Amino acid sequence: MDLKTICKDVRCDILTCIGSLGTGHIGGCLSAAELLTVLYFEAMNIDPENPKMPGRDRFVCSKGHAGPAVYAALANRGYFPKEELLTLNRGGTNLPSHCDMKLTKGIDMTTGSLGQGFSCAVGIALGSKIAKDGATVYALIGDGETQEGQIWEAAMFASAKKLSNLIAFTDRNKFEIDGVVEEVNAIEPLADKWAAFGWRVIEVEDGNDIEQVSEAVKHAKLGIDGDKPTMVILNTVKGCGVRWIEELGPACHNTTLTMEQAQAAILEVRGEGR
Amino acid sequence: MEMRKVYANALEELMEKDDRVCLLDADLGKASGTMGLREKFPDRIYDCGIAEQNMASIAAGLSSYGFKPWIESFTPFATRRICDQVAISIVYAGQNVKIVGTDPGISAEINGGTHQGTDDVGTLRSIPGLVIFEPVDEVQLKAAMPVLNDYEGSVYMRLFRKELPVVFPEDYKFDLFKADVLREGTDVTIFVTGLLTADVLEVAKKLAGEGISCEVVNVHTIKPVDAETVIASARKTGAAVTVENHNIVGGLHSAVLEALTREKIPVVPVGIKDRFGEVGRIPYLREVMGMTNEDIAKAVREAIALK
Repeated sequence: MDLKTICKDVRCDILTCIGSLGTGHIGGCLSAAELLTVLYFEAMNIDPENPKMPGRDRFVCSKGHAGPAVYAALANRGYFPKEELLTLNRGGTNLPSHCDMKLTKGIDMTTGSLGQGFSCAVGIALGSKIAKDGATVYALIGDGETQEGQIWEAAMFASAKKLSNLIAFTDRNKFEIDGVVEEVNAIEPLADKWAAFGWRVIEVEDGNDIEQVSEAVKHAKLGIDGDKPTMVILNTVKGCGVRWIEELGPACHNTTLTMEQAQAAILEVRGEGR
Repeated sequence: MEMRKVYANALEELMEKDDRVCLLDADLGKASGTMGLREKFPDRIYDCGIAEQNMASIAAGLSSYGFKPWIESFTPFATRRICDQVAISIVYAGQNVKIVGTDPGISAEINGGTHQGTDDVGTLRSIPGLVIFEPVDEVQLKAAMPVLNDYEGSVYMRLFRKELPVVFPEDYKFDLFKADVLREGTDVTIFVTGLLTADVLEVAKKLAGEGISCEVVNVHTIKPVDAETVIASARKTGAAVTVENHNIVGGLHSAVLEALTREKIPVVPVGIKDRFGEVGRIPYLREVMGMTNEDIAKAVREAIALK
């Protein structure tokens, strides 16, 4: 199966997962579907049969509220049955709103308090360097999350310690809960900031174009033998793939989604693609 | 020997034996006494600079990778400043990180109110599952270090940096979850942790001359508190005093009261009375905070009178 087709499945499963519950962080899940597909189906050295495989590549979803998107990718990759996606946020589930490494097979780090997951990813990258096991550590942060001071503490440390095995992504979907990121508390010039912090920076014009994302990840991996961590800025659309969700703007961060709406949205994703 | 030296020596031994042990600090390696280890273990000791929150979460990441990280800073910065990172990255995520806060309470002396961690135990005690430990002398600290390192879970240790009077014998057997009865008595129990333990023993000796029999229990682990020993001793004597170098709200006094919830036993606190610290040397600060030996003796008499 090609990545584009898999990505459609992941996006549809995000809609089913959240739609089955009726509410959730739909916008920031849909914007990350292409990246998660590329990581779990192309880039990462992982084994769903052996989720704790030593020396495996790791992924930290520092924007922990995108948990349902990661679960959709993991289910498609074979970590657990797709039916489990329908247990999202139900009492006793293994799939909580925010990523929990103690509960979910395939989740490498618990996240949810913004900024912290990124530092954890830096710690994991450091661990791999100490262990000399050649693992690559991938981390996803939100553009709103970039406002957290801890992100920049971690950025400084990662470049100071030359953690070139760390490849981070910013899901630059432009919105946070209260509005437009640039209006709430501006983060631009984002690429210049990361470069000033000593990172190698790659910008992706359309972070919801799977080929562009795939190329960017391949390009990012070329830096592993260098002496800088890499930041890939993915220009994405919050709620990507479903027009009415995209049009909600900031309101799509966390919104209701009935099963009927989810089914209609799935038809839209299947019909139009991207 | 200085407590920080004992701590550093023990850490060195642990790092020699176990290549998963790492150490992170935040520009206080010199103050914590561990600077000298850096040359020996360059790939396992990292100075995160003045960025404690990052340090705490990096430690969580290392722990998730199978390492056994220790992190250190002054008490307020190892606790209040990184409270959410301790709660979420470390404890909620089920990691194995040892957190060391140095110079707790009034022992931060002339660094004053900003550096005197008077609320660290209270801040961290409500995080489910975190163990909180405070050594009283070098014998106990030395015995505790390998136990803490082997403990599969996170522990916060509040560490006085300078020399303390030795309370325990060389053959002391340490149990992280068991309080130690230092002196048996019948009239009152003094529950004590940390800095003032030797002073409490002195007070007990003096009061014996007045015909007051004090039992002294060192509650080195404030969470989970050894309720069995606390209840047994309090029932035996029928009156209690708590002595701590911490706010009486949230620390040992609160922990003992919680253990004694269903007992009709008076518990009189000696400690910092819900206020911030200020500059001064320990004797001065003990005076202004009401933590002198005479204050302890007064609390003992009050507890007995309340029986």
